[in-house]
Amino acid sequence: MSGEKDLEQLKREAVAKAKAEAAAKRAAREAGQKPAESAAPKQEETPVEATPAAGSGAGDADDLAKKKAAAAAKAKAAALAKNKREGIADEEPAAEAAAPAPGVPEAGAGDADDLAKKKAAAVAKAKAAAAAKRKAMELAGGADQASEPAATPEAPEAADAGAGGDADDLAKKKAAAVAKAKAAAAAKRKAMELAGGADQAAEPAAEAGGDDAKAKAAAAAKAKAAAAAKAKAAAAAKAKREGGAEDVPAGDDEKAKAIAAAKAKAAAVAAAKAKAAAAKGGAAGAGAAEAKPSPNQPYLDKYVKVIEENMGSEVLEDFYINKLSKDVPTLVVKREAYFKLAQFLKYNELLGFDYLSELHGTDFETHMEIYVHLYSYKNRQSVAFKVKIDRNEPIIESLQPVWAGADWPECEAYDLLGIKFTGHPNLHRIMLGEEWVGYPLRKDYEPYDVEV
Amino acid sequence: MIKTEEMMLNVGPQHPSTHGVFRLVVKLDGEIITEAQPVIGYLHRGTEKLAENLQYTQIIPYTDRMDYLSAMTNNYVICHAVETMMGIEIPERADFLRVIAMELGRVASHLVWWGTYLLDLGATSPFIYAFREREMIINMLNELSGGRLTFNYMRVGGVKWDAPEGWIQKVKEFIPYMREQLAGYHSLVTGNEIFLNRVKGIGQYTKEDALQYSLSGVNLRCTGVKWDLRKDEPYSIYNRFDFDVPVQESGDAWARYQCRMAEIEESLKILEQAAEQFPEEGEILAKVPKIIKAPKGEAFVRIESPRGEIGCYIYSDGKKEPYRLKFRRPSFYNLQILPKLLKGENIANMIAILGAIDIVLGEVDG
Repeated sequence: MSGEKDLEQLKREAVAKAKAEAAAKRAAREAGQKPAESAAPKQEETPVEATPAAGSGAGDADDLAKKKAAAAAKAKAAALAKNKREGIADEEPAAEAAAPAPGVPEAGAGDADDLAKKKAAAVAKAKAAAAAKRKAMELAGGADQASEPAATPEAPEAADAGAGGDADDLAKKKAAAVAKAKAAAAAKRKAMELAGGADQAAEPAAEAGGDDAKAKAAAAAKAKAAAAAKAKAAAAAKAKREGGAEDVPAGDDEKAKAIAAAKAKAAAVAAAKAKAAAAKGGAAGAGAAEAKPSPNQPYLDKYVKVIEENMGSEVLEDFYINKLSKDVPTLVVKREAYFKLAQFLKYNELLGFDYLSELHGTDFETHMEIYVHLYSYKNRQSVAFKVKIDRNEPIIESLQPVWAGADWPECEAYDLLGIKFTGHPNLHRIMLGEEWVGYPLRKDYEPYDVEV
Repeated sequence: MIKTEEMMLNVGPQHPSTHGVFRLVVKLDGEIITEAQPVIGYLHRGTEKLAENLQYTQIIPYTDRMDYLSAMTNNYVICHAVETMMGIEIPERADFLRVIAMELGRVASHLVWWGTYLLDLGATSPFIYAFREREMIINMLNELSGGRLTFNYMRVGGVKWDAPEGWIQKVKEFIPYMREQLAGYHSLVTGNEIFLNRVKGIGQYTKEDALQYSLSGVNLRCTGVKWDLRKDEPYSIYNRFDFDVPVQESGDAWARYQCRMAEIEESLKILEQAAEQFPEEGEILAKVPKIIKAPKGEAFVRIESPRGEIGCYIYSDGKKEPYRLKFRRPSFYNLQILPKLLKGENIANMIAILGAIDIVLGEVDG
């Protein structure tokens, strides 16, 4: 018996020692890392904050793009000259039929070559501009450099395709040009909104683009949402794809097609990205996306009104619509009012959030956060509410008495993050067991193995 | 005077009827359960911690291993979360492939539940029938994705593989076959008196209890709450299809049985329409960046898995890995009500109650 006891004692001592060691290790590591950590965030912040600096980036890209555009235009002109010699006039009506843009039919048949030349130049410029825009946007958004090499080879490739074009490709190329110009215009507009009109690259492109491109850009600009432009570009691309006869030999044609499709899609993605960025409200002068209120805005207003009327204006730290998360109304509540507000959200007649959908914690290194997603089956409405708690003393009231479903999720948060929930009937380490040393989901967690 | 001593019974963690490594510590007074304490965590792999060092695409295989009976919905929920944050539009063909894959998975999952639940109750042959049909689904999904259980099929922006030649035809042919088999199941089991006596009035709870305990899916619908995220917060292309949400009022194991069987039929309806409307051609992957980076911020999305509401929370600091990833796992939430249901029950009903909740331990433990 006593031997057993000794063993128990020894075990306990070993665990205690191990815990102390782990703590010491962690402390040492923290102390060592502090200077490094303080430097790291700065590096991270620079690209985000340096929105004006993106202008210069765009400038560089602009120069590059201009040079590239010039090269592409030259190549295209050469190709066209060759085409002219071979007799291109026959293809013109087909080309016009293929291009559904409003600007095209206005052009006389006699000006065909000039028009074609101008168009090709416009296309090249627009393409380059779009690439530059994308790049600038990525720079402004703090995106990676890995995507830059991906963007750069695109332009020469496009130029190659243009230069290599045969006579019978012209019609298709034109159709592609329309799609591209439109997509580029949409991307451009989005980028301009983002950067607050900081780039000048848009103007040369528009000028050099000639009447045709201008008209198209205007038409695109008229479209209220980027989605419309996107749809148009896609439709044009599709029409082109469908219009293309199957007996046309593959090769350049296929390539051009693929490029056109890829461009249209890239523009769509860029537009979506820009939209998301604008939605975040980070960019100054972001117009359209910001101005349009979320469909959930009335709900948020209602919640805030009801809460402030009943609990005072001191309860909420912040409230907003989270556009990234399907427009869910989000409330950030003050630490002291957390439990009271939870009760209020559930039992108030107008709110009635009777269902706890999710509860979890996150370690943000400066603080801990609890995220709760609630749903009201009565009103068919969601709300997210969050609370920030002290990382060194992560203690908060348990929501288990309000929603029994918070029981295990709180145990999980306690187990993996070390957040203590007061008033919880059975707070235990639900996943890892009571012997486990440390809280794995904390960012400074050091794995500890007793046997090592 | 006859006196019974309190007895502690340890069920699991290795026990055929717990459907995985799950332990239940039960205190008995004679045959009556006085207390039941679930013990979980045997299968905890720390998916959320691992994910913090993985790129979004690399996380997808880990989701296969959570709810391994319905890996397609798990694949979808993380892709959907990232796509929601990035504002990516999914090509139509990819959406169709996703819906078909998910609904096939739902049918397969309910089949496993049906077979194993009856096995729990002592009926051996339904298990063989259920697995015969499930095998056909698994083979179809295998042709689609290359995997039988862990598909790793979906990607941010679409799906990894296009449907092979003639695959949609196979799905179309499977639907009437499955309907015929389903009718057979009903005549074999549903009207059986022994079966009815074992499930009626067992593990009963009210709508208020269900909401209070954060139950979702069939466990909620069996109490009369008509709630299905496919219908009420439509995602993907579910709003294009015509289907019902089966609801029962009684809230017992029998109600849950009826709901699940009816859901197989509804899934077949969706599959029928999706196979009919399946686009002839098109892209299967949207144009997404090579390295996927969700924008800075947080998002929580939830979808309907066979077991209930599966959710995915992402907090991104703009890097290629998530800063924090959290799955709202329906089995984990649904299992919480078990101690309440078992208290005061007869020991003979214990497995019937546990089985009716329909848990997958890979999902409970995360």
